[in-house]
Amino acid sequence: MEENRTDETPDDARARWQAAYDSSRLRDVPFETMSGVEVEPVYGDAPYPGQYPYTRGLHPGVYRGRLWTMRMFAGFGTAEDTNARFKDILRNGGDGLSTAFDMPTLMGYDSDSDWAEGEVGRAGVAVDTLADMEDLFADINLGEVSTSMTINGPANVALAQYIAVAEKTAVDRAKLSGTIQNDILKEYQAQKEYIYPPRPSMRIITDMMKYTTAEMPRWHPISISGYHIREAGSTAAQELAFTLANGFAYVEAAVAAGLDVDDFAKRLSFFFNSHSDFFEELGKFRAARRIWARWMKNHYGAAQEKSWQCRFHTQTAGVSLTAQQPEINIARVALQAFAGAAGGTQSLHTDSYDEAHALPTEDAARIALRTQQIVAYETGVANVADPFGGAPFIEWMTDEMERQAEAVFAHLLDLGNGSILEGCYEGVENGYFVGEIADAAYRYEREVNAGRRIIVGVNRFTDGDDENRQLLRIDPTVEELQLKRLGEVKQSRNSDAVAAALADLKAAAESPDANLMPPTIEAVKTYATEGEITSTLAGVFGRYVEQAIV
Amino acid sequence: MNYRTLSVPDLVDKAKAGDNRAVGRLLTLVERGGTVADEIAELTHPLRGNAHVVGVTGPPGAGKSTLVGRLVAEWVERGHRPAVLAIDPSSPISGGAILGDRIRMDDVVPEGTFVRSMATRGHQGGLALAVPGAVRVLDAAGFSPVIVETVGVGQVEVDVVAAADPAVVVTTPGMGDAVQANKAGLLEVADVFVINKADRPGASDTRRDLQLMLDLAHVTGQDIDQYGTYFRPEVVMSTATSGEGAPATVDEIHAHMDHLNASGGLNRRRALRIRAEVRSRAEQILLSRLEDELEGTDLLEAADPNPVATAESIVDRIAGES
Amino acid sequence: MTAGADHRIRVVLAKLGLDGHDRGLKVVARILRDAGMEVIYLGLRQTTSSIIAAVEQEDADAVGLSMHNAGHLTLGPKMVNALRAGDINVPVIIGGIIPPEDEEELRNAGVAAVLGPGASAEEVVEAVRQSVASAA
Repeated sequence: MEENRTDETPDDARARWQAAYDSSRLRDVPFETMSGVEVEPVYGDAPYPGQYPYTRGLHPGVYRGRLWTMRMFAGFGTAEDTNARFKDILRNGGDGLSTAFDMPTLMGYDSDSDWAEGEVGRAGVAVDTLADMEDLFADINLGEVSTSMTINGPANVALAQYIAVAEKTAVDRAKLSGTIQNDILKEYQAQKEYIYPPRPSMRIITDMMKYTTAEMPRWHPISISGYHIREAGSTAAQELAFTLANGFAYVEAAVAAGLDVDDFAKRLSFFFNSHSDFFEELGKFRAARRIWARWMKNHYGAAQEKSWQCRFHTQTAGVSLTAQQPEINIARVALQAFAGAAGGTQSLHTDSYDEAHALPTEDAARIALRTQQIVAYETGVANVADPFGGAPFIEWMTDEMERQAEAVFAHLLDLGNGSILEGCYEGVENGYFVGEIADAAYRYEREVNAGRRIIVGVNRFTDGDDENRQLLRIDPTVEELQLKRLGEVKQSRNSDAVAAALADLKAAAESPDANLMPPTIEAVKTYATEGEITSTLAGVFGRYVEQAIV
Repeated sequence: MNYRTLSVPDLVDKAKAGDNRAVGRLLTLVERGGTVADEIAELTHPLRGNAHVVGVTGPPGAGKSTLVGRLVAEWVERGHRPAVLAIDPSSPISGGAILGDRIRMDDVVPEGTFVRSMATRGHQGGLALAVPGAVRVLDAAGFSPVIVETVGVGQVEVDVVAAADPAVVVTTPGMGDAVQANKAGLLEVADVFVINKADRPGASDTRRDLQLMLDLAHVTGQDIDQYGTYFRPEVVMSTATSGEGAPATVDEIHAHMDHLNASGGLNRRRALRIRAEVRSRAEQILLSRLEDELEGTDLLEAADPNPVATAESIVDRIAGES
Repeated sequence: MTAGADHRIRVVLAKLGLDGHDRGLKVVARILRDAGMEVIYLGLRQTTSSIIAAVEQEDADAVGLSMHNAGHLTLGPKMVNALRAGDINVPVIIGGIIPPEDEEELRNAGVAAVLGPGASAEEVVEAVRQSVASAA
């Protein structure tokens, strides 16, 4: 294979892998089948797991050293409600916290804005001020957990609030571990939770990359997310291609902002969807690692191995969950989770079976966590690295995913006169991304509708739908409580300090060379609201309105 | 109140008084055509206030809607009461349509601006009748200017815009677009050119290309417009997303209007526009009668099924009616 | 002269509020177009007043709203009431993530039809046709 080091024979590659494997720390469990047959850490030929271009995995033993992180997404109602759910997850053996914010928070509006009516605390937790972030992580040592925050448009505000909570609880920010999604490009392409136009948004992101690179070595300042692109209806190959292209765009932006590629690339991470076509998903995950490694090494000149490694989180496909016979979603989630594990994901969220109707109940969330625990501990998938690698079909599928992705990169390079970043801007502006995604979504719906694609329980095998289910209800008084809370915070804060901090922030925004993170942290510490901070920035940057493309 | 049960005179009265729902309803009825549309034409014709009709066209993706939104905002600023007719193609297969222009101008037009989306609906000549009828309704309701926006791809759409005073043609940087515009016959109908997305590379090249084409047309005497008047179109640079170029475009549109007034071109244009509508209308009437005649003639059973003779006798019968 | 016969159903499609999930709405737009209807696509982040302006100016026969953020019990009735306040008799159809047991409450609030997750193209088209027919 071309990826073999030219100076290295297959035997050398094997020896290099063996040395790396032998020196890695392994979990203290028997690596054998259920019947007691011992299995090798990996089968097949070079390149081996842990070797460039990492098609077969990032580490020599993949999950023999460490299982994937079982990260469950939670957030609803008030900050106290979510805090209780967090503690529940930690008690149940989950080892990472993942926060869902409500829609007003994600869009940069306070709970008392007109836009927020009816949406406060509905699809996630409402965080207006530092006070809410303090409640959210009350009695949790931020130095000991890994936190993922799913927020993009106002990501700088959320990160600033998290840093401020750490400061107040005497946790060194260098110890903070976690990820903030902060992937604005896919917002314009798929999820539509943007605030400012693309270019100023990109400046905020590069400011955050600079800040975390200097101050927070354990923090991932961006999680480049294909998940939402897929949920919006893209194909697997589009998800792969658009996501990695966005990744390249952030690399180009960071380099243009003066960062060294090897200083920040190792802390970029990705977030993929795992859908129901097992083989296509597997090909996608394997191709993602290979493409990223090749481009980072050859196109962007990264020199360190860590910079070549595509680390990713996976979530099972919410869009695949059916409202009909929702219990059968548990089976879908299990298969999708298995694909993620076989594909070598670093962390995994399994969806709850009732999510086609509402946010998950506690019971459904527990079943979802148990599902991935079954995959991890009972199936044997964690014993052998890249267990499907080498199969002609899987290798072909991996190549095919890569081929389709490369065609997209070529188009974007063309659009951007040789720059993926400029190609992405152009593709956002001319509707390329949303158009491609909408076409794919419609094609799929038509196939389902015509019965050419079978969805169990939807267009075939439809008996047995039970209408009586327990669904999670968000207490309608949540909005009231949050408004009261916000009112109290606004009453008790020093409004002169707020105004001064916002003025500093505005001045920084107007000066392209200033980093926005320090003034944002200062502003949240005065209990300035998220809405006040985003409005201040929008006053300088403008607000983005998309060109509707149907 | 259920506006669907209101009579046409009631709707016209309400429209005159500034009731947007009544205007909306009348436009639907005009679009449907037939005797109700005739009645509306009769009632609105005397109410027309000679609204300034501005056509805007250009290739897909040129940013027409955003530009139109900016122009509308500029006119509102200058104390006018503009309305927009945004025409999008219907699906040739289902006859349905997705009309997205309204939302494309949504963030730039002042709140309360009247925007109507219209689908071409495929039927031949339908648009050529519906648009003047719709313009008359908007005129009667006191709107001016009335901006008619179409995608410059089909002949009918180009004709609709060419019938306006003036026809504004929007292009974007890139040689390809200018050539495309030329092919589609857009250059010939243009009274004002707008190069949109002028912040992009190649904008000045496109401007130079257009100026060259206009120079060439002058040398060869092809710049006498279809109405027999000479007017060299100005080329305006615009960035619709930021609003740059909108005031200049409106200035050029007014300059063109002044030119028409001064040269007497305006009346010639309007006469030709009326002629076009009369012609479309007459065609439709004749076609409808022809269909009736064909329906009522058993062509196989006719004594002499010679197609030429049969056609002549049918035309004679239609001409004999009154 | 022949009477005008082209009675195409015109539907305003929008997302009310901040919810940005527009995959379903875009698919519905195409389904309705392919069923011969004219869709006035308003897309994301509309308010009741922007929707009402569109209904009036476009003389729409129905309003279709898509909701995915559990705000339907607030926003659905809000739209219906706003139309009523304007004395506009146009049916409101809601689709998206709507738990089946909320259907009745929405219908009682005056929503003409509710399309849950997994509604087929035929169901979507039928819901619009019937809502329009019974409002006429």
